[in-house]
Amino acid sequence: MTGAEHTGTRAIHAWLLLLPALVLLIAFTHYPAVQTLIDSFYSTPKGGRASVWVGLENYQVMVEDPVFWIAVRNNLWFAAATIPCSIGLALLMALWVNERMAGRAFLRMAYFTPTVLPMIAVANIWLFFYTPQYGLLERFTQLLGLPSQNWLGDPGTALGAVTVVAIWKEAGFFMIFYLAALQTLNPSLREAASIEGASRWQFFRRVQWPLLMPTTLFVLVNAFINAFRMVDHLFVLTRGGPNNASTLLLYYLYEVGFSFWDTAYASAITVVLVAVLAGIALFQFFVLDKRVHYK
Amino acid sequence: MRRTRVLAFNEPTWLDTLAAWVLALLWILPLAYAVWTAFHPTEYATRFDVWAPLTLDNFRRAWAAAPFARYFLNTMLLVAMILAVQLVLATLAAYAFARFQFPGRDVAFALVLVQLMIMPDILLVENYTTMSRLGLVDTLLAIGLPYFASAFAIFLLRQTFMGIPKELDEAARVEGAGPLQTLWRVYVPLAKPVYTAFALVSVSFHWNNFLWPLIITNSPNARPLTVGLQVFSSVDQGADWSIITAATLMTSAPLLIAFLLFQRQFVQSFMRAGIK
Repeated sequence: MTGAEHTGTRAIHAWLLLLPALVLLIAFTHYPAVQTLIDSFYSTPKGGRASVWVGLENYQVMVEDPVFWIAVRNNLWFAAATIPCSIGLALLMALWVNERMAGRAFLRMAYFTPTVLPMIAVANIWLFFYTPQYGLLERFTQLLGLPSQNWLGDPGTALGAVTVVAIWKEAGFFMIFYLAALQTLNPSLREAASIEGASRWQFFRRVQWPLLMPTTLFVLVNAFINAFRMVDHLFVLTRGGPNNASTLLLYYLYEVGFSFWDTAYASAITVVLVAVLAGIALFQFFVLDKRVHYK
Repeated sequence: MRRTRVLAFNEPTWLDTLAAWVLALLWILPLAYAVWTAFHPTEYATRFDVWAPLTLDNFRRAWAAAPFARYFLNTMLLVAMILAVQLVLATLAAYAFARFQFPGRDVAFALVLVQLMIMPDILLVENYTTMSRLGLVDTLLAIGLPYFASAFAIFLLRQTFMGIPKELDEAARVEGAGPLQTLWRVYVPLAKPVYTAFALVSVSFHWNNFLWPLIITNSPNARPLTVGLQVFSSVDQGADWSIITAATLMTSAPLLIAFLLFQRQFVQSFMRAGIK
């Protein structure tokens, strides 16, 4: 066998190995992504009428759709609340669990358990927790003599209520990444800091925090993606209501596409979501990975 | 003086311990409340009494009120099917990326990575159209198909395979093993911890997945547990919290129990899968 022939056979083998995965990836990721973009320039086929080219009309509808903008605003609010809160809590939990502390195993279990529960189950649990009059939360506020409050039914608190659930679900998940990173830190750093007489805050601020930076960035990207992907709990808790007060982009996409069956407009919303996620990915690839080296 | 100082520096203060415990109890509280309700008769659902009788009646009633046996079967078949296909496809693809030089490799790898940012969870409308064209709506296959090729698994296994010494590869080839035999005899056994890690992550993800299964199913025939639970608790249970919490715990129980038994394994797997 000559060298060239050998290389050729290797290439054929390689492509055969890749083929099944690549075909499925193209069929269910690349093709739909491209097709969504195309469909967003066409009208929704109705009855016997086929879809026709409408140019930017779907995007025009989007710009003028007040519910879309509510969803955008809510989603930004949701992201701005869940990302720092879940990461901050995760870091705090990891710092605690990393110490030799009484009941450490229990603490770790308590923090991490929400992560393994299905979001639908989590939502049921919290729906009960939030229920007016019977819910545990109401019982506490009653004890304190506060007036009754319908947390999920009030437009002023619904978004906050679903945000808390998301933070509860996510913090323990991010904790384990911090915990893993903390456990790889050299113990002599701590000894050195104590000899220098550094306070615990100084040790955290000057030693642990900078060394945890790659983890923080990794978690940050995941938290960002989740902020635009996590909507399961809305189906149980609020259905986006009351009056769209707690709707998020992906949930609104579901409503437009599968409750109103306006698939063309839903495609336009999908394009927006894909653009957001692609933006996060490009930011990670070109900005973060340049500065942080995982390998 | 110096000694106590060093100790104080290394040990968390009682204040830390207290705060950590308060947070942990707060964290477990909603779940504990649900457990309380599920295991007590309805009249105790919202009334605290340490001596309230324990009962499994809520679970019995929930089990009888909806086709949960079918939902369990669907979820287990679904999770097993997805994992099996994912592992086979990802192993083959990762091997090609890790050990073969061929034209178009970088482009192909970039195409794979695209799925890490545009997940199938977002492309609902288009994938629904595809499934209805294929006549697969309301089947387990339709729920699984978009997830069969996992960019994440390919990426993870490629990293692992690249770390395996090439000499082992060559030794196998000298003994007359073909590429597939080498893969099976050398690479797969050495990557076992990564397979376990990915399997745990994949199983928990698909056990918990909701939105796509909700859209693509419309009858109990293919509905997984999450969708079944949502239909069950939103449609006809009114506010019978005892039954709803029982159903909720029932559907989460297998994962929850597995987690409590294999905590270390779970945490390590999620870590290994997360840190590239």
